[in-house]
Amino acid sequence: MTSTMLGKKERQALIDPLFNNNPIALQVLGICSALAVTTKLDKAIVMAISLTLVTGFSSLSISLIRNLVPTNVRIIIQLTIIASLVIIADQILKAFVPTISKQLSVYVGLIITNCIVMGRAEAYALQNPPFLSFLDGIGNGLGYSMILIVVGVIRELFGSGKILGYTILKPVTEGGWYQPNGLLIMAPGALFIIAILIWLLRTWKPEQQEKE
Amino acid sequence: MLEHYLGLFIKSAFIENMALAFFLGMCSFMAVSRRVETAIGLGAAVIFVLVLAVAVSNLIYNYLLREGALGWVHPSLASIDLGFLSFLAYIGSIAALVQLVEMFVDKYAPRLYSALGIFLPLIAVNCAILGAALFMEQRDYNFGDSLVFAIGSGIGWALAIIGMASIREKMRYSNVPPGLRGLGMAFILTGLMALGFLAFSGIQL
Repeated sequence: MTSTMLGKKERQALIDPLFNNNPIALQVLGICSALAVTTKLDKAIVMAISLTLVTGFSSLSISLIRNLVPTNVRIIIQLTIIASLVIIADQILKAFVPTISKQLSVYVGLIITNCIVMGRAEAYALQNPPFLSFLDGIGNGLGYSMILIVVGVIRELFGSGKILGYTILKPVTEGGWYQPNGLLIMAPGALFIIAILIWLLRTWKPEQQEKE
Repeated sequence: MLEHYLGLFIKSAFIENMALAFFLGMCSFMAVSRRVETAIGLGAAVIFVLVLAVAVSNLIYNYLLREGALGWVHPSLASIDLGFLSFLAYIGSIAALVQLVEMFVDKYAPRLYSALGIFLPLIAVNCAILGAALFMEQRDYNFGDSLVFAIGSGIGWALAIIGMASIREKMRYSNVPPGLRGLGMAFILTGLMALGFLAFSGIQL
């Protein structure tokens, strides 16, 4: 569908954020929740879907009104739009997946302050037409989701030997052979995993390396 | 009483450090920790905004939003629960505060303003601030508690970013693999700092 329906520019807006301009790995945006919600894969997936949709629709609506809003009040307007979308997402999660919503605790609300949503609004949606902005939002959401899901798989698989709650590597505590790596479930583990992912990505695409 | 506040302060600054235990405010943590001077500036701005924002959010929540909070206006309004509006109310007050601070810094400290660049407006979307407001609501702090909690977590966050910036200034002299330079190394450093802060979790208060 993508190759026939969308032009080059649209495809670029959607695909570029996955590897060439990944919001987490290259732009340092939105890592707060990437680290906190990835202890289990189901949390990571729910979070990824919510964030992708919120980013897409916030970019769409901000782009629609971009010529009407005076520059000095734009931040408040953007935040209001994003906060309303997040309230909708939060209420939907509370209604349909209450247990995961409880586990995500404050991090659903923190989608509002996820720098990806705001960053795309500031950097892209303010200068571009609605449809392109929508695709850019979804694309960046997918770039974020990709990292979130990879980190979620690694942390849940090696941290507790499970994927989505199903036992893959049977831990010693349940009579199996696998010794779960507790570090991965704790805070520092997530940071190390993201560092390694960034290392791999930048070794594959050397133009993303920083000169420091 | 004093003991209670001291315990809360130590807990929010060290044991449950906003940046290293909850990963809040990571975006600016990574991006503005290249130089100690800017890190101190951002740290101070965050403490200031955090304390104001949590105090204001606490008042908003207790007197406008929570179930039965509107009872002081008229007894017939006591059954209203506006809790679902909390995101919008908090982020609105935070954004307003940030614009005030931005105008203030632009006028009185232009060098700091140009150094903080894009990250000053991004304090509004610094998760540490909204996160603190949401934790305040979730843990049901009263006004005094939330002030101490805000000061503690603000100072904890500032300490973390200043420590991080000091380490990164030294990193300039080391030979890091090309793919890890900058961001990758920053993550590893934060991980090591978080490991260090895990030691505080053994403290009994």
